[in-house]
Amino acid sequence: MFRIDFNKLRFLVCDDNPHMRRILRTLLHSFGAREVYEAEDGATALEMYSHYVPDIVITDWSMPIFDGLELAQMIRQPESKGNPFAPIIMLTGHSEKRRVTVARDAGVTEFLAKPISAKGLYQRILNVVANPRPFIKTKTYFGPDRRRNTSNAYIGPERRVGGEVEVLQQPSLLDKARTAV
Amino acid sequence: MARDTRGTIEIKKFADHHVITQANPLSQVLRRVGDRDLDDPIARAEKALAGLSGEFKQWMRIEADRLTAAHAAILKHGFTDVACEELFRAAHDIKGDAATFGYPSAGAAADSLCRIIEHAPELDHVPSDLIAHHINAIQAIVRERTKLDTVAMANELSRQLRGIADQYLKHANRNRPDHLEAILAPSIMPGD
Repeated sequence: MFRIDFNKLRFLVCDDNPHMRRILRTLLHSFGAREVYEAEDGATALEMYSHYVPDIVITDWSMPIFDGLELAQMIRQPESKGNPFAPIIMLTGHSEKRRVTVARDAGVTEFLAKPISAKGLYQRILNVVANPRPFIKTKTYFGPDRRRNTSNAYIGPERRVGGEVEVLQQPSLLDKARTAV
Repeated sequence: MARDTRGTIEIKKFADHHVITQANPLSQVLRRVGDRDLDDPIARAEKALAGLSGEFKQWMRIEADRLTAAHAAILKHGFTDVACEELFRAAHDIKGDAATFGYPSAGAAADSLCRIIEHAPELDHVPSDLIAHHINAIQAIVRERTKLDTVAMANELSRQLRGIADQYLKHANRNRPDHLEAILAPSIMPGD
């Protein structure tokens, strides 16, 4: 069995609703987190993201200035100086399946529909900490692998083309991100 | 803060995509514990949330009043983009928060109102009573919450509002298949 040392994690919470921010802060602190930074809109969150380099971002979808979806797209810029790999948990009142797909295509790591529960939030955090997925970069997408399961029975069209593989080793981009701050 | 930066990034280059893998940067925060470990962070968080519950009634009133104010702005100035956005945002916040605050029926009514705002072809053509009834219902549910016999009535009120709203939306979107599909799609909201 695994536990998370929340006191070693730095969170950025972005929600325009002060009541929801208070609830999130309460939950994260009671899990054991010490560093929880809060933003009330996407623009402020992006600024704080660059400044504080959080380990995990928890964002609402619907917000003024720019929303959680745009925030995710701005974080997931592979050429940016910041860290484009941070897990993003989208916590939202949107409850339609198509929204999950849109969020996933913006590079969101986990989707959590409101109403929020301690268990739901903990499980999403545990998942991003314990089971990080590789990142995929295509012409139109950069973000966590959208395939959570592999199926040998799949017979539909393939989105990705295989071919010869070339393996490159690079120094961690996280090092680059940290030195840029 | 918690990152393990020792690992390098491996990039596998394929014809039209790259697969980027790195050592788990957050592995340092995972700790193996024995089965007899009694620490329960979820129970601790639920207890902390219960500790906040004394404030939920006041928070819910603030949210409901914000919705009423947004509706009043529309009645006064019409369906401007700013006014519609504020009405949607206020309803959407109630949809997301109300169940946590102990008002699930208000959340259901707010969800129904969100669907109207999101899917009505033209908001100024929606029967004004349909919007007003949703807002009045949310206010009533919040106001009367303390009376035990109102719970069933609140559930029924929300259910009926949703039924009428769905009937209106299905008719109004009969020639808009994308919206119709979204209206008829099942919700992924926990408990739905």
